Amino acid sequence: MTDDIRALTARMADEPGSLAFLELAEALRRRGQLDAAYKVARGGVSRYPGLADAHDLMARVLSDQGDLAGAFDAWSSALQLDPMRTSALKGIAFLYFRAGDRDAALTHLERALEVDPDDPAIAKAISRLAAAPLPTPPPPVESAPPELPPASAAATAPPGARRRHGLFEELDGGEQGLLLVDGNGLRLGGRLAGEDGDAAGDRVAAQLAGVSREAARASRLLGLGSWHSIAVESPDAHLVLAQPTPDTVLLASRDPSLPMGRVTLLAERAARAARAWLEAEG
Amino acid sequence: MTATQTALDRVTRVPGVRGALVVAAADGLVVAEQLMDGVDGQAAAALTGSLVGRLARTAESAGLRPPAFVHLRGDSGSVLAAPGPDDLVLVAVVGPDANLGLARLEMIEAAGRLA
Repeated sequence: MTDDIRALTARMADEPGSLAFLELAEALRRRGQLDAAYKVARGGVSRYPGLADAHDLMARVLSDQGDLAGAFDAWSSALQLDPMRTSALKGIAFLYFRAGDRDAALTHLERALEVDPDDPAIAKAISRLAAAPLPTPPPPVESAPPELPPASAAATAPPGARRRHGLFEELDGGEQGLLLVDGNGLRLGGRLAGEDGDAAGDRVAAQLAGVSREAARASRLLGLGSWHSIAVESPDAHLVLAQPTPDTVLLASRDPSLPMGRVTLLAERAARAARAWLEAEG
Repeated sequence: MTATQTALDRVTRVPGVRGALVVAAADGLVVAEQLMDGVDGQAAAALTGSLVGRLARTAESAGLRPPAFVHLRGDSGSVLAAPGPDDLVLVAVVGPDANLGLARLEMIEAAGRLA
């Protein structure tokens, strides 16, 4: 056992609830002790289910173990919590490439580049991927490629086809935690997590009726011009309201571990998607 | 100096803050204010109180605890609001170049001491 792993193990023993599991599992993974890394990562995910880093770590371990479908699920969970997480986008791109879907791999890498245009590794990966031959599919049974959902479908399908799916399907995290509401407080699309299914989303939508007019009035009377967004910090969630059109409001909700700036970026992307959808709907 | 005045002093010292006020959320009335010329305190109080109340109800509908901080961003600046105890809300009107990070920290800290 190396010194760093010994020190991290001791720290975990002293503070079982600490985030030291992230470093410990990563150190174990790098040393090839994948079973031990998996156990530590699994404990971390169960203690911190809302922490994107924990799911990202679990995905790396599962990927190294050859459980590509498990890795895909874990990176998807990380993206649901943190839609701008480039490591998860790159990981999913790798899995798509392994599964022979170059288009979906490129779509995810391009999205990663959009999030972090200053990362030269992403641009390089895109060039390499565009030129590289697809890997020979591994033999069946023992290490079959994961059955991945057709992520490229939403990006390449015609608008009419897109509307048959979710309004926010193109965005990482999908419909969950995004809500589009009309001026009368009716839900047009999206979902909010709640024990009672869609009822939570409907209740929130009803409360948001007229919030756009109220924000517009406040902003104008205080000399601030038009309003762009309202960020709301609750101990349980970060919420951002945006205005796709004058008659609608878009709500994005994410775990408070995701910085508010990123939730705002997500809300802006979702508002653009909603605007396009509303225009297409006429 | 009262806790309210101390709170207003701390917030208005932040660069870019045009004024701050303490509002009774229930009726939108001004409890205390330190505003630059041109900022309508009564309008800020009434509108922000109402908006914060609505956002608190929205959070409750989603099963969330009440907001600790609200930031309305406009073309030419922002309104910031930090609910405190006794149904009071600390509100600041800031320009587009304000140090929002510092204003947020000062407001959350100051709002917790309102009474």
